[in-house]
Amino acid sequence: MKGRYLLLMFTLLVPLQLQAALKVFTCEPEWAALAEELGGDSVDVTSATQAMQDPHYIQARPSLIARIHKADLLICTGAGLEAGWLPVLLRKGNNPRILAGKSGHLMATDHVTMKEIPAVVDRSMGDIHARGNPHIQTDPRNIGRVAEVLAERLKMLDSANGEEYQRRYEDFIGRWNAAIEHWEQLASPMTGMPVVVYHRSWIYLQDWLGLKEIATLQPKPGIPPGSRYLADILNRTQGLSGMVIIHSQYQKSKAIKWFSAKSGAPVVLLPTTVGATAEAQDLFSWYEDIITRLLNAHENVNE
Amino acid sequence: MNRIITIFGALIALNLTPLEAVANEDIDQLRRQLEQLKQDYESRIDALEKRLLKAEQSQQQLKQNVSAEQPVREPQVAPSQPPAQVTAMRGDRSFNPAISLILDGRYSDFSQDPEEYSLPGFQLGGEAGPGEQGFALGHSELVISANADDKFFGRFTAAFDTHEGETEVEVEEAFLETLAIPYGLKLRGGRFYSDIGYLNKQHQHQWDFSDAPLIYRGMFGNHLLDDGVQLSWLAPTDLYLELGSELFAGGRYPIEYSGDSTVPTYTLFAKLGGDVGISQSWQAGLSLIDARVDYSTGSGHGHEDEHGEEEHMSPIYSGDTVTWGLDLVWKWAPGGNNRQRNLVLQYEYFNRDYDGILSAEHEGMTETGSYDGSQSGWYAQAVYQFMPQWRLGLRYDALTSSVNGSSSELIEESGFDSEGHDPWRYSMMTDWSNSEFSQLRLQYGYDKSSPDADDYWILQYILSLGAHGAHRY
Repeated sequence: MKGRYLLLMFTLLVPLQLQAALKVFTCEPEWAALAEELGGDSVDVTSATQAMQDPHYIQARPSLIARIHKADLLICTGAGLEAGWLPVLLRKGNNPRILAGKSGHLMATDHVTMKEIPAVVDRSMGDIHARGNPHIQTDPRNIGRVAEVLAERLKMLDSANGEEYQRRYEDFIGRWNAAIEHWEQLASPMTGMPVVVYHRSWIYLQDWLGLKEIATLQPKPGIPPGSRYLADILNRTQGLSGMVIIHSQYQKSKAIKWFSAKSGAPVVLLPTTVGATAEAQDLFSWYEDIITRLLNAHENVNE
Repeated sequence: MNRIITIFGALIALNLTPLEAVANEDIDQLRRQLEQLKQDYESRIDALEKRLLKAEQSQQQLKQNVSAEQPVREPQVAPSQPPAQVTAMRGDRSFNPAISLILDGRYSDFSQDPEEYSLPGFQLGGEAGPGEQGFALGHSELVISANADDKFFGRFTAAFDTHEGETEVEVEEAFLETLAIPYGLKLRGGRFYSDIGYLNKQHQHQWDFSDAPLIYRGMFGNHLLDDGVQLSWLAPTDLYLELGSELFAGGRYPIEYSGDSTVPTYTLFAKLGGDVGISQSWQAGLSLIDARVDYSTGSGHGHEDEHGEEEHMSPIYSGDTVTWGLDLVWKWAPGGNNRQRNLVLQYEYFNRDYDGILSAEHEGMTETGSYDGSQSGWYAQAVYQFMPQWRLGLRYDALTSSVNGSSSELIEESGFDSEGHDPWRYSMMTDWSNSEFSQLRLQYGYDKSSPDADDYWILQYILSLGAHGAHRY
């Protein structure tokens, strides 16, 4: 009788242990997609933001507190992008495993080369980030770098599945680097293409592909454009050929339409993350989509 | 370098020396010294060059290693830190500790006399009142906070208020909070805003309106804030569930002049919340506040006239008070993107029951009578951000009270008796935020707190300097 009970207990416990997947909480969908690439079935991933949300303007909602409380690993962009809500979540989440300094705390911007680190931080320049431009996910090589760090963390936090994580990482990085080369080839005709952006979300992409940013519709980060400022840009960009206007899925502004109508430049919506467009289903199709959309616009203006 | 100086010194000295022989001898010596010096430096430069070469080689090797590990093109790869030593965070290095200064200034226009302000059925304390007439500084705050280490977080808030032309500085918050206790527990100690209700823990500059709802004004003097400890627990569930309890010194509650009370105040609170789809979120809370007002240890209360003689004192309540509250918040933002448009609906209700005595001194005699009245009130508000930067808000307040006790005379003088008038008020506001760090607000209210109606206007600015403020729920 006792033996049977033990057997029953054992059979009950085994599936429970198998189910104990590593809980990953990410701030943005691209890191969730990356965690899924590297973790597979061994991780249980949840993202705090959807693609349609500007990751800067999120509130520390009750559901996020509940989710961060249970996380084993936190992956965020960092560098002040989540300054308004991540500190609150970390404090209210009562979860020592993911606090700064622990291996369950991964800030992507700690592991890549930051651009636009301001010499002076003054809010008259808008809500600028003292640590540099945080939109690092728009260069696929940065994703590769974060992948390497993430693989190490996964192995550390869940050593039982260490070999699996290593295998998945090697598989991923091989495919990713090959894809980067492919995208670079596709994008080569666009080198030097003049772009007008809504917000400086794309500087890493611009540097990667050699696009030339000539104006920002948002005068300062976090401050919507005024009409005089827009007219000024219009004057400055008059006579430029082959120009395209870039904005992201959550930047819906009349200024973009107005500027496009006045300047004749086409508007390109670029997905800032996985899920932002119907095409961007995972990391690969997301970049595929960015390149395709840019190329389409480039062909349009150069016809 | 010293040697060169010596040589130069010697050369100068040499020129001044009249004896040629001595000079020649010296020059020879000097030549030898120079030769030696040259050799010395050459060998040193040689060594340095070797070291440089070595360093360059090893760096190249390092680069090769890096590119072998991850074939990425950019050469300036920031070496990824070994995860075991991720102590050097680049995080909020620019503001450590996080220091922010909130500037609040306003122009108010109302007809009632702030000195005579009363809420029928309620005894007022704390910061309760309509504020100052005309131009005035509002509630400016200096907030300093940081993680002290891996175990503790601390925050300090000093508030600067102007009251009757005098600047008053008050420490509103000074607490520590644990960061790393397991099992979802958190301990907090010091002076802090209680977690009861929804609005209570919000600082004044976070309010959607320029003034507190009447129920907060009447029951808590705008805020329940005190010295004490708090223990809270976060449930490991998908639904947000937080339970907590506080133990306060009781010196600030519920009526200011019971300030010497040594009897603690207890609170209990429960919060529940979650999302509905990606566009909606909600939170509901229940609170209980058990406070005993023990006037017998108090120092008395009354106004002294210009002759230093005590005027007639209003009756004071001693005994138990039990307050409970309900709060509901519902937020909507299309696609969860609250930057463009969002709507917030908010409702709070509080009820307080008294069970004690009223006492008053009349010409050296103390009169007492039993008292077991009750008070309640609620507010409901809607704030709609119809486009980026612009919001509109509407709020309605209502209070009611009932009195019951053995001495109708004491009750009548106590301020607990609403004398048939239940206060109510509606307010409207619109505000414009140039960025997250600045806000201009215009508020209009029709105030029937007292039987005489009052139209009031407040024009307010709020600036937030320094560390990025929190996007609280």
